[in-house]
Amino acid sequence: MNSPITSDQAYGWRIEDLDVDEMILNMGPQHPSTHGVLRIELKTDGEVVRAARPHIGYLHRCFEKHAESVDYPGVIPYTDRMDYVASMGNSLGYALAVEKLMAIEVSPYVQTIRVIMAELQRIASHSIAVGTYGMDIGAFTPFLHLLRDREKILDLFEWTCGARLLYNYNWVGGLSHDVPEGFVKACRQFLREFDAITYPELMDLLIGNKIFIKRTAEIGVCSPELAISYDLTGPNLRGSGVPRDLRKDEPYCGYGQYAFDVVVGKGAYGPLGSCFDRNWVRAVEMHESAKILHQAVDRLEKMERTDVREKVPKRVKPNKGEVYGRSEAPRGQLGYYIVADGTAVNPYRVKVKSPCFTAMSIFHVLARGMYIADIIALIGSLDVVLGEIDR
Amino acid sequence: MESAGIHDRLKARFGEGVTAFEAGALQPFAVVTSDAIGELAAFCKADPDLALDNLMCLSAVDYPKAEPPRIEVVYHLWSYRHLHGFVLKVFLPREDPRVPTVEGVWGVANWHEREAYDLLGVVFEGHSDLRRILLPDDWTGHPLRKDWVDPEFYNGMHVKPTAQMAERAMAGEQLGVGPFDVTPPNRHVPTDQ
Repeated sequence: MNSPITSDQAYGWRIEDLDVDEMILNMGPQHPSTHGVLRIELKTDGEVVRAARPHIGYLHRCFEKHAESVDYPGVIPYTDRMDYVASMGNSLGYALAVEKLMAIEVSPYVQTIRVIMAELQRIASHSIAVGTYGMDIGAFTPFLHLLRDREKILDLFEWTCGARLLYNYNWVGGLSHDVPEGFVKACRQFLREFDAITYPELMDLLIGNKIFIKRTAEIGVCSPELAISYDLTGPNLRGSGVPRDLRKDEPYCGYGQYAFDVVVGKGAYGPLGSCFDRNWVRAVEMHESAKILHQAVDRLEKMERTDVREKVPKRVKPNKGEVYGRSEAPRGQLGYYIVADGTAVNPYRVKVKSPCFTAMSIFHVLARGMYIADIIALIGSLDVVLGEIDR
Repeated sequence: MESAGIHDRLKARFGEGVTAFEAGALQPFAVVTSDAIGELAAFCKADPDLALDNLMCLSAVDYPKAEPPRIEVVYHLWSYRHLHGFVLKVFLPREDPRVPTVEGVWGVANWHEREAYDLLGVVFEGHSDLRRILLPDDWTGHPLRKDWVDPEFYNGMHVKPTAQMAERAMAGEQLGVGPFDVTPPNRHVPTDQ
């Protein structure tokens, strides 16, 4: 039997610690706007949040323990299940880390397909992020428009590898499937529709909407120093005005050959680093991803088809060593710290640095002094997926 | 700055605090003592030439077969100003792994350290809120230790299938939908009287 809970503190604040006007309010774990199962304990004084304490772990599926008991390629389906809104990015990060450990260089053809898949996934993931954010704070329609376009991306994925959500697509040393005949044409069709309809619609309907701006531009302000100290990455970091993107700084998969801009928050309607800035960065990044996609499909069209499993090792068994590999997933820098002991076919240790985990760790700092209704807007703007926080 | 340069700078400043440097590794790392890590971390961030202002990752790894058995705490650092990185390691005794916290230097360390405590049982001294983070508060033990054995019971529930249960499941019986058939020890079972 387990020992009983001994600490009063284990589940939260004690009544004795409260002031006369203060109240403890539990938000979640089944709150719809927490984007998963996140429980937040709020110490409130009327409508104002005096302190907040996030409790995570409701979706913990022992990823790191599982990873130690299966072989290296066997970890990939598990990585898909961490950030289930952007699975392509997860498996790509893992495959890149193991390839770095084993010094495998994949062909330009495979790299180009990886870029296409990663950028399509970024658009799909940001569609969910921006769409649900609008829905959290009262704008329902943009969500439907964005989901309509996400559906087209999922169709492309399904056509390529048979799965719509959890792909097991990026393998160590290659890909599970080549793109089908006619993929480039279908991809171009999607991009035409995205550029002509979805993106301008989104900017008009949601991002440029006066009500939306008023609602988000003054709250949840995060300074660049704070963002770096709490290791915010990706759109959250760029929303605070730090122009850092791994696709530019440490180009992988040949990202150095594509022309695109790093989108940085401007603080156009309020202080820099507000909820609006983070969200605006995400929206504009979708446009930048489309720019990369245009170039990538042009490249792919001119390339000769090669076997995408050419470099996939029969037996993945790296030499003794360790690597920290990171890549720019849609939600920020996704890091894998992989230790190989050189004797076993399964990893000795896999630690995941999840961008959502670190984004959530800043939550109690930003939430202090906010209104309860703004807490919803703050969670959405950090764009966390609980599957990746809890792993 | 290159890794070797960063190591030289740390060695010059802390001397005995930096015990080893592995230059041949894929990503070179320095081993530092647990006494030095607090001050050394603050120096890494504050020194204008290093400016390692970002803690990318903090992990703990269990090595029971090493001589002597140890737990490593690994700090992956990055500088947004100079765009260079560095890796620090602290070796701790396996029986009583204790290391000073670095949450005052990098805010994100708070949660990373809680995770390392939760899954590997590393105690971070001076931490403001060292509680379990991923596992339930009433969990016992640290599952990412290499000698971890899955518990048979969790809060009175039988969580590990017995040989009999496996046999019955193989025979086609549906298990796991009704009340558990194994009464755990010292659990009060109400009767009709």
